[in-house]
Amino acid sequence: MTISRREALLVGAGGLVAGAAVALPLPVMAAAEDAIAAFTGGAEMAEGGITLDAPEIAENGNTVPVGFDAPGAVEVAIFALGNPNPEVAVFKFGPMAGSQSAKTRIRLAKTQDVVAVAKMADGSFASARRAVKVTIGGCGG
Amino acid sequence: MAKGVKPRVKVPKSAAAGDVVTIKTLISHKMESGQRKDKEGNIIPRSIINRFTCDFVGASQSGNVIDVQLSGAISTNPYFEFEAKVPESGEFKFTWYDDDGSVYETAKSITVA
Repeated sequence: MTISRREALLVGAGGLVAGAAVALPLPVMAAAEDAIAAFTGGAEMAEGGITLDAPEIAENGNTVPVGFDAPGAVEVAIFALGNPNPEVAVFKFGPMAGSQSAKTRIRLAKTQDVVAVAKMADGSFASARRAVKVTIGGCGG
Repeated sequence: MAKGVKPRVKVPKSAAAGDVVTIKTLISHKMESGQRKDKEGNIIPRSIINRFTCDFVGASQSGNVIDVQLSGAISTNPYFEFEAKVPESGEFKFTWYDDDGSVYETAKSITVA
């Protein structure tokens, strides 16, 4: 999937999110896009239907608290677009799940966007994106 | 087996039938990401917990609550917070699967008054 100019403008109107995405080096973006496409099968993703909670600024990239809430989702995947491996986690919800929400702590290598993609019960996909500023990176050294 | 792996789980002791409860889990594990290098510059091999599941087991109703696939980007001492339905008295079973083949398990019972 490529970001068309129109989409970039649309998202850009909503904030600085698109600016951060465009600023990422291209190979990194490609790896992340591939990872997301592997999860969605290349299907179109709607905005909304899922909310992603992440701090605006994370002082320590080793433990960044993130959470999401995606009513009606069967699976939710989290991607960190600027990490060496963009895949973070995939949550599958069973019949005993009280809600399609969860919180965890993740590693972020640097300032980047975190994306949550929800697979809904009807097979459609929804995504949410948050930019996180990282002061100290959480990978290697 | 990685040393000093200790699961900790917080589940309410009781609930009303049909309630949704919040469950918090933490397991001590270094979650070596496979990205770090040692002093000689060799990459330290990945050693993480790659899967976590929570299931509810009751007398008449049982089912999966959550099944998570983890990657190297999950922080040291993986923490999860999520919600589960409580249809009746029963037990929540928690299972973590390590890269090295170890399986860590714990369970917490919950009573429906």
